[in-house]
Amino acid sequence: MIDLVWLIPLLPFIGFLINGLGRNVLPKPLIGTIASLAVIGSFAISLSIFLTFDAAQPQVIHLFDWINVGSLSIPFAFQIDQLSIMMLLIITGIGSLIHIYSAGYMSHDAGFGKFFAYLNLFVFFMLLLVMGSNYVIMFIGWEGVGLCSYLLIGFWYSNGAYADAAKKAFIMNRIGDLGFLLGVFLIITTFGSVSFTEIFPKAAGMVSGDATLVLITILLFIGATGKSAQLPLFTWLPDAMAGPTPVSALIHAATMVTAGIYMIARSNILFALSPVTLDIIAVIGLLTAVVAAFIALTQTDIKKVLAYSTVSQLGYMFLGLGVGAFTGAFFHVLTHAFFKALLFLGAGSVIHAMSNEQDMRNMGGLRKKLPITFLTMLIGTIAIAGLPPFAGFFSKDEILAHVYEHNKLLWIIGLFGAFLTAAYMFRMMFLTFWGNFRGTEDQKHHLHESPVSMTFPLIVLAILSIVGGFMGVPHALGGHHWLNEYLSPVLAATNNILPALSLDHATEYMLMGISVGGVIISIIIAYVKYVSKGYVPKEEELQSGFSKLSYNKLYLDELYTAIIQKPLDALSAFFFKVVDKSGIDGLVNGLGKVSIEASKTLRLLQTGNVGFYIFAMVIGIVAVLVYSFIII
Amino acid sequence: MNLLLLLFFPLVGALVTLLNGKFAKQSALISSLVTLAFALLLMGDFVPDASSQFVVNYPWIPALGINFAVAIDGISMPLVLLTTGLFPLIILSSFGRNISQASFYALTLFMQFGLLLVFTATDAFLFYVGWEVALIPIYFICALWGGENRIKVNMKFFVYTIAGSLFMLLGIIYLHLQTADNSFSIASFYNLNLDAATQGWLFWCFFLAFAIKMPIFPFHTWQPDTYTEAPTTGTMLLSGIMLKMGIYGVIRWLIPVTPFGFLTWGHLALVLSVIGIVYASIIAFTQKDIKRLIAYSSIGHVGLIAAGIFVWNVQGLQGAMIQMINHGINVVGMFLIADILIDRLKTREIATMGGIAKVAPKFAIAFLIIVLGTVALPLTNGFIGEFLLLHGVYQFNIWYAAVAGLTIIFGAVYMLRMYKAVMQGETNETTASFKDINGSEYLVLAVVCLLIIIIGVYPNALLHISEASVENLINQVNSKLAF
Repeated sequence: MIDLVWLIPLLPFIGFLINGLGRNVLPKPLIGTIASLAVIGSFAISLSIFLTFDAAQPQVIHLFDWINVGSLSIPFAFQIDQLSIMMLLIITGIGSLIHIYSAGYMSHDAGFGKFFAYLNLFVFFMLLLVMGSNYVIMFIGWEGVGLCSYLLIGFWYSNGAYADAAKKAFIMNRIGDLGFLLGVFLIITTFGSVSFTEIFPKAAGMVSGDATLVLITILLFIGATGKSAQLPLFTWLPDAMAGPTPVSALIHAATMVTAGIYMIARSNILFALSPVTLDIIAVIGLLTAVVAAFIALTQTDIKKVLAYSTVSQLGYMFLGLGVGAFTGAFFHVLTHAFFKALLFLGAGSVIHAMSNEQDMRNMGGLRKKLPITFLTMLIGTIAIAGLPPFAGFFSKDEILAHVYEHNKLLWIIGLFGAFLTAAYMFRMMFLTFWGNFRGTEDQKHHLHESPVSMTFPLIVLAILSIVGGFMGVPHALGGHHWLNEYLSPVLAATNNILPALSLDHATEYMLMGISVGGVIISIIIAYVKYVSKGYVPKEEELQSGFSKLSYNKLYLDELYTAIIQKPLDALSAFFFKVVDKSGIDGLVNGLGKVSIEASKTLRLLQTGNVGFYIFAMVIGIVAVLVYSFIII
Repeated sequence: MNLLLLLFFPLVGALVTLLNGKFAKQSALISSLVTLAFALLLMGDFVPDASSQFVVNYPWIPALGINFAVAIDGISMPLVLLTTGLFPLIILSSFGRNISQASFYALTLFMQFGLLLVFTATDAFLFYVGWEVALIPIYFICALWGGENRIKVNMKFFVYTIAGSLFMLLGIIYLHLQTADNSFSIASFYNLNLDAATQGWLFWCFFLAFAIKMPIFPFHTWQPDTYTEAPTTGTMLLSGIMLKMGIYGVIRWLIPVTPFGFLTWGHLALVLSVIGIVYASIIAFTQKDIKRLIAYSSIGHVGLIAAGIFVWNVQGLQGAMIQMINHGINVVGMFLIADILIDRLKTREIATMGGIAKVAPKFAIAFLIIVLGTVALPLTNGFIGEFLLLHGVYQFNIWYAAVAGLTIIFGAVYMLRMYKAVMQGETNETTASFKDINGSEYLVLAVVCLLIIIIGVYPNALLHISEASVENLINQVNSKLAF
């Protein structure tokens, strides 16, 4: 089966070609079917590889030599191991569901064919990202998904603001990508190779805290802050909600934005040997988690709440990586993919029913009209809030347990963020599904549950959000943490370096108790405020006091515009008008003028007056004679 | 296959085109295609080792030791392919523009002769002849078919370039006088062992000529005006091919002939190149004229190529070799995009455009692919070049690489800003009726886009051509510097 691994990315690519070329001629149902089947086919192959793969060593499938220059050789090759298999399952599995969902969601859009072509192309690049056997193939996928993200955020590019959001996403990602690229260069100089199977064994022999490794990992992490929307580069992700909602679910929640965590998990040995970098990652991750949760508290656009929630959850994943909980962080990637894809698709279903309304202040009481959407979203919300036995509980708990052991202060802040999560998520649920309907009569008239193609993925994802956590049940709760064992070949070297969790069961129970108790209190507070008191946020209240800071996203966009964009544009104008035009070009023109003036002056000597010529000649002869007389 | 056939066929083509007034453009296109076929035949016989192949060497002016000596090695070959490959595209892209004069096309083909001479000459005098021969036709093309300010702008371009080449001529004559065998041959120049001080000022003689041609900061101020005012065919010839004369000159003549001059001044040249990348990219941020924006972007990209050469390692040089081709393809594509916009909308002002993607989807796809190639997205040609160039610079100094690497951020900024302003948003009165590409435009853009992707996916085919020659040249220079 592993010989067929090249088919996994090829199928979506073929789907992209067919739908891309036939976007205006093929009928919509056929387009949707081709695109979905391509991804389902990849899922089937991934699944069979998952079921048959039992090698302790990564399998490398060499396709062709891509770039050869001097001693540098970059093969186009894939690597299959437990880590990439898990990612394959998530990408193609959730990808399939979202393709099916999109066939319903996008059915009225004029750009239907284009949409599915882009979506297939995205899956292709995402698969390259996780299958690449070296950092440069990974980088192809890394930037390729960025391109698809750009195309899909700007899908409705006639709206200038959407096009700006797309541009912003691409550029902010590029800032991170420069860090990634420099990291790759340093890897090449240090290890003489870009291939994982050559780099990691060599790295395992290096000492912890090696300065080169620290620099490599910091540069790679800068790459991750762009792609995975961490401070200071996260502001593109909320804007990315301009794209169609299935895109937000697939790209900006379940898969692409977790690429940074995948990359660090892939490079785990490099990071495990760089404690300084791990500390930086933990702090950045935690800060992002709390800041984004704080902002999510007051957002009124349902997709914006989910976007900041995603940023915040990604922060928790980085926090996990930072404290050495590689399995835990990756576990959270998986469970988050389930419940956040579910929540976004649910939000899409709501928006669909509400005739493209996204402001929760105009919703309310939808649970009767949209029962399936409501129930599945409720499951997703409980899962993200972290109540047992739903998926998010296990993964978040595992991360927080590691944080507790690592540093109590980080744990307290992280815990606080988790309470905020429960609060803003249930606020979203209460505003949307409880209370009275606050929209227009027109919207009320159109309210309907979504078609099967949309509710089916919701139901599947809801089931996964309930049971997904069972792949990592801790020993304290009588499990044996299947995921931990499954990933152990990939993390073997790291597990030798970083200490395993050594909390006794009593402490673990206490941590779980505090976390669950706090979450329940948060939910009750939200319930009292938004259901019992029926509070609906008003614009002027959001623009005052503490809310103002949160509602306006800490003014980060304004800050970046003021300290980066404006000065650079001013510099541009200064370089162009002053330095280039007046300065350098002025100098060049000056030189030209001087030579013209000089020639004008010299030209005056040639007067045509024979007398003057004779006079000059005589002077010259005298001069020559005097010269030779004096010298000789 | 004889190299002379390749060299002189464009002259035949120019003559036929001139006499063939009515079918001048068809005749020019056929001529350029035949020349391309000759080049491909040569490529078929080419062995990718470090040797000089297809050598032709006749005494030309024996009294002065001047020979008509040409040959092709791994460094010439890619540029011969670039020149012969781009000419049909450039000629074809002028088809819809109603340039009826036969002299226009004859001049274009005449220029091809000069360019090919530059890229194959192994005699310094012949190189210089080719250098100036290529300048004359482009001068007339720009002066006769250019925009409003063409006369003033063109004069500056001409005087500036000529000034640079005079320094080079001075250097060539001096070197000739030093040769033991009264020769202009490149081998004799390579074998000279001049003292470091002499090589120092010789370095500047050549560097000025090449730096102006590319152009490298701060010798670039003729370029944006000229690119903007020239007819688009002229801009394509200048940016797609002619500036590579300067880059090629650095690799072939400047560094190998004056290695100790390079040792002294190379670092300064590198710094200028890196400054140019950032400086020109930042200027491109706020350009309102689409041709001028592309012109400044080109300065930035060429700066990176130059930087890759001045760090003098295999990655940098191989990156420069392949990026010369990539830049040629991408910039011709980009200027055709600009030309189509200007032709349809009668303006170069980006601010007056918008929403075109909606009414011209084919054009939008082509434009996007060329933008992606220019911003060096992986699996496009630009990535291969920038990756190798930045890696080359990185091996020299990590901070230079970090600064030069800003190009991948800044490039995305100005390119996507331009794409957004031109293609996205709502249409306005002028853009609502924008006609999608067709005929020759479609063909040229399709070829450009295909090349962008093919080279991005399988660059080894091109890298392989120059690899042995590049390594050989590096060893030759380094062994001189070693003692």
